[in-house]
Amino acid sequence: MAIAVAVIVLAMGSVLFFFVSPWYLTPLASNWGTIDDTIQITLWVTGAVFLAVNLFLAYVIIRYRFSRRRRSQYDPENKSLELWLTGLTTLGIAGLLAPGLVVWASFVSPPEDAHEVEVVGQQWHWSFRLPGEDGRFGAAHNRFIDDRNPFGMVDDPAGHDDILITAPHLLLPVDRPVKMVLRSKDVLHNVKVANFRAKMDMVPGQTSYFWFTPTVLGEYEIVCAQLCGIAHFAMRGRIEVVEQETFDAWLADQPTYAEFAALEPGDPEAGASGYTSCAACHGAEGQGNQDLNAPKLAGLDAWYLERQLELFRSGARGTHEDDTYGIQMRPFATMLPDRQAIADVAAYITTLPDQPLEATLDAGDPERGARRYRTCANCHGQQGEGIRATNGPRLAGMPDWYLRRQLQNFREGVRGRHREDPYGNQMVEMAQVLVDERAVNDVVAYIATLPQPAMTVAVVNAGDGEE
Amino acid sequence: MADHGQHSVPHAQAGEFDNMELVHPRTFLGKYVWSQDAKVIAIQYGITAIAIGLVALVLSILMRLQLGFPNTFSLIDPASYLQYVTMHGMIMVVYLLTALFLGAFGNYLIPLMCGARDMAFPYLNMLSYWFYLAAVLILMASFFVPGGATGAGWTLYPPQAISPGTPGIDGGILLMLASLSVFIAGFTMGGLNYVVTVLQARTRGMTLMRLPLTIWGIFMATVMALLAFPALLVAILMMLCDMLLGTSFFMPEMLNLGEHSIHEGGSPLLYQHLFWFFGHPEVYIVALPAFGIVSDILATHARKNIFGYRMMVWAIIIIAVLSFVVWAHHMFISGMNPYFGFLFATTTLIIAVPTAIKVYNWVLTLWRGNIRMTVPMLFAIGFIFTFVNGGLSGLFLGNVTVDVPLADTYFVVGHFHMVMAVAPVLVVFGAMYHWYPKITGRMLDDTLGKIHFWVTFLGTYAIFYPMHFMGFAGVPRRYYGYGETGYIADSMQALNAFMSVAAIIVALVQLVFFYNLVRSYFRGREAGPNPWQATTLEWQTEHTPPRHGNFGAELPVVYRWAYDYSVPGAKQDYLPQNMAPEEVERTDSTSDTRGRRTS
Amino acid sequence: MTVTLVFIAMMMAIFGGWLFSHSINVRPWEAQPAGKSSRQMPVGVTASRVGLGVFLAVATSLFALTISAYLMRHDMGHDWQPLAVPGLLWWNSACLVLGSVALQAAWQAARREDARRLRRGLLMGGGFTIAFILGQALAWWQLQVAGVYLAANPANAFFFLLTALHALHLLGGLFAWSRSLFQLQQGATPRAVLPSIELCALYWHFLLVVWGILFALLLMT
Repeated sequence: MAIAVAVIVLAMGSVLFFFVSPWYLTPLASNWGTIDDTIQITLWVTGAVFLAVNLFLAYVIIRYRFSRRRRSQYDPENKSLELWLTGLTTLGIAGLLAPGLVVWASFVSPPEDAHEVEVVGQQWHWSFRLPGEDGRFGAAHNRFIDDRNPFGMVDDPAGHDDILITAPHLLLPVDRPVKMVLRSKDVLHNVKVANFRAKMDMVPGQTSYFWFTPTVLGEYEIVCAQLCGIAHFAMRGRIEVVEQETFDAWLADQPTYAEFAALEPGDPEAGASGYTSCAACHGAEGQGNQDLNAPKLAGLDAWYLERQLELFRSGARGTHEDDTYGIQMRPFATMLPDRQAIADVAAYITTLPDQPLEATLDAGDPERGARRYRTCANCHGQQGEGIRATNGPRLAGMPDWYLRRQLQNFREGVRGRHREDPYGNQMVEMAQVLVDERAVNDVVAYIATLPQPAMTVAVVNAGDGEE
Repeated sequence: MADHGQHSVPHAQAGEFDNMELVHPRTFLGKYVWSQDAKVIAIQYGITAIAIGLVALVLSILMRLQLGFPNTFSLIDPASYLQYVTMHGMIMVVYLLTALFLGAFGNYLIPLMCGARDMAFPYLNMLSYWFYLAAVLILMASFFVPGGATGAGWTLYPPQAISPGTPGIDGGILLMLASLSVFIAGFTMGGLNYVVTVLQARTRGMTLMRLPLTIWGIFMATVMALLAFPALLVAILMMLCDMLLGTSFFMPEMLNLGEHSIHEGGSPLLYQHLFWFFGHPEVYIVALPAFGIVSDILATHARKNIFGYRMMVWAIIIIAVLSFVVWAHHMFISGMNPYFGFLFATTTLIIAVPTAIKVYNWVLTLWRGNIRMTVPMLFAIGFIFTFVNGGLSGLFLGNVTVDVPLADTYFVVGHFHMVMAVAPVLVVFGAMYHWYPKITGRMLDDTLGKIHFWVTFLGTYAIFYPMHFMGFAGVPRRYYGYGETGYIADSMQALNAFMSVAAIIVALVQLVFFYNLVRSYFRGREAGPNPWQATTLEWQTEHTPPRHGNFGAELPVVYRWAYDYSVPGAKQDYLPQNMAPEEVERTDSTSDTRGRRTS
Repeated sequence: MTVTLVFIAMMMAIFGGWLFSHSINVRPWEAQPAGKSSRQMPVGVTASRVGLGVFLAVATSLFALTISAYLMRHDMGHDWQPLAVPGLLWWNSACLVLGSVALQAAWQAARREDARRLRRGLLMGGGFTIAFILGQALAWWQLQVAGVYLAANPANAFFFLLTALHALHLLGGLFAWSRSLFQLQQGATPRAVLPSIELCALYWHFLLVVWGILFALLLMT
């Protein structure tokens, strides 16, 4: 009768496991205690039925085990028993359904006084938009998205004061209901914060919504809960629930669409003077210097340079104690006084000639690396050319010794772990794909084989320079 | 008991299929390869399905290796992980379970249990298998094309299924869609056969209400599949148009890694509606045959009639009908009009009632029975336990509000593996132990069978039960790795490792099963025609294994339902369906008439 | 999805009702002497007819779902620009009607064992059907020439999808038709080909009805 014992032990054990296991709902941080209540009700009802059915099953197995002296009872049906069971089940089901529907009714109707936040999903990044002082969102459409207009804002007066938050960090005031309006630039995503309970898919071509009231101060992690491609697991963000004053102050610091659109592009001529202090290590033409551990800069895109300089300046990069060379870089970055100075330097660097590089390492096998690289290709491009939209910088033509060191830093969390470095965070997750030193060498060796645009263009540029 | 089919009644009006012409090929190829015998086709289906199922099993182990021991295996990168997820899901649901229950068990059992010589359209039946094989081969080919198999998740949701950032958008998805289309075409041929055979080719006296529940389950599942698969086909055709011809059925205006796509205005939700209009019935297409088969195993091995037969039949019909109006419960948080939630939560929970009735009736079948603890019976009890667990966790996900925090977490993974992976697979195993003696004439080894059962039953529970708790804790599914996710406890990693070890053990013990299958074929104990002393017609054939044509010179004539076990007053504790009332040996003593007949 | 739901509900209701009527008053556990006949169905209900019926149900499901998708996409997207249905389609529809009528005549001729009329009906039925399909192809070509491209608009895409699906079904029918014709040429008697002629005729009527619905749908939206 081992099976009866097994059924009893498993049934009781399952229920016991529920009580003793450390894994259960995350601490609630929103108004959706009612959702937790419906879960509780369902747990109690299903738990009771689970025990009752299985214990009865075990009893039957023991009681009616095989015996030569006995025959089964011939019992085609028993109408009253079947009716009773059907009736009781229906009651139980109704008892589960009714509270569920009541809570759903409030789930689908956001309160009048809820403020709105638009969440924009893209592969593999979150950004946010809040209505400005007019309390209304300007129209937006995927059709109008480009590098200068990442939200696809339509020329709509209501949109000029919309506040754009490009980093995946959002602040929300505590105890104020918020309606999250969801939009996607590409595929399906789902914005999920476990502690808030509520979540919803974001679908390209339409908007969807859900609402909640954050009730507990603190910091919560956003994860993506709808498969959106290769880096689905690394699509993270953060919501901080703060007091209203903190929220207001933070909001005031964020750029509006009008300010965003009016940002001056970097001026290479102004940047030339700023670059003089960089030239000492990185070389006058940004060609890099391995002896000084200074990577090549020429050929990198301005947006990436700007971002890294900002990170160095704010201390989000180059502050980890093991990041020896990052620490050396920091003081130089802090010499740039403001965003405009950074943009100018970055713009200047993009004018520098991009010279091809010789490989310095021969540890890796590019063929094995090619397979590793298919993960990287999704953000950095098939040819390592870099993709603005996925925030993946150019890799082709970059020094292999530098790439190897950075991959090791990412893998060990020396670079990219800082909480204000979202793309670094992502890269830390992705770098785990390279399980060991050899994998790093292989992928770096493969990147070294990618076509360097400079190889073909350099000749033309050289000719231009002489004129 | 083989001679019961021999009684002929003079002046009987011949049915359409009494003397159907069978193709009796003489060559080996004709007999075993291009065979039109439903039994051979069934075995072809079964072997192909199990072979591809093994591929899917290996994929699941690879996934578990990554989840249990992240960043250890350089073979598994995020792209391969998603490809494993996708192919594992699609193979298991469509190419293994659907094909095994309907193609293999359906083909073997429908003619035998209905008392027919063969399927209504044997040639079509053969074509059906070859289409299925082609579909399987096309699917396998997708592993080897540039870019590999698709990694869009088994639901193949657009836009990501055909957009950059997802593995396999070059050849993989194309082959997947092609393979599914071929599968659907093949299935339609097979399904047509099953339905017509059950409706038309039943032998004399085999009324609908005397059919064994196995046939009811397979029959209704086939009807559902015939109506549901077109939804998948339409979705596939439209997706192919979007992909190859640049139409915008499903594809909205969007960006492909920064580049504007050519599409405009399509609706990804339209695809989801079509997909789940197929996808939800698909769950029951797998479940209903399992329900039917387990009912017959329970009755036979507990020596007792199935409790509430009519209720069981009606429950199958009601489930089949209702399962067409619950599809959007897979889409509660998909961004569709949220007011649909009220309707679909209600229909979904209503479907729990007939399902619960089935569970009660299984347990009540055992009640006051005389349970022979054979290996098929062990699997059947394992099924009940697993199914109760999985069915109850369905009440969380079907109830729209409760679904919100649990959707797209490991709770879902735990739920559907319990209810539509482990539970039906336990039935498949039970059914194999049950019918293997009829198929080969030899018994499977009991000891090996028990080892197989215990490790599979306990092992799968150890894999999937803890997943529900990961779901409560909000661990999202289809994640390659969890890295440093603040709210996910570190202890979860230990739990993942535990589940992975359990999965490997369960996978390994399947080798014992295959060893048993092969060994018993040559050295198993001789089974005789009816080793379980069962009542249904397949056990009353003249030859074991049954020859082409199934029955002897005359088709059996049916006098009673399939559940005359332990009938009071009868000497034998089972009365085959084709035993005429006047043939029943009566007991003289009154001591055996404890049972009462409610009539 | 309403169209499909109504359709599935109807089919399931009829089927379920039929099953219930066969089971509600049955006491399955009572052993009874077998009846005289081994027929499970009325005499007219042959396997091939049931088979065709099941296949038609599958095809109906396919078309109903496509129509559902058509209506849903129409409501969901904001980019729907109705296309001017080519006038040629009226002529094509007439062809299909004539084809259906001709096959009906062939069926009746086969029942009366009138080989000459049977052959004539069969040939005319197939001829009109081929004319229909060619006409449809011509309509596609006209649209292409007029700059109405498949990918330009969901209305166009659906027009091509629906007509293609329908034509594919007809081509499948023509395969069965050609087999019957071939058998007839080989000297088969009308009685021998009657079952397949009958299935062809029924199938054609079904596709005519489907075309009627599709055409009406295209005209209305």
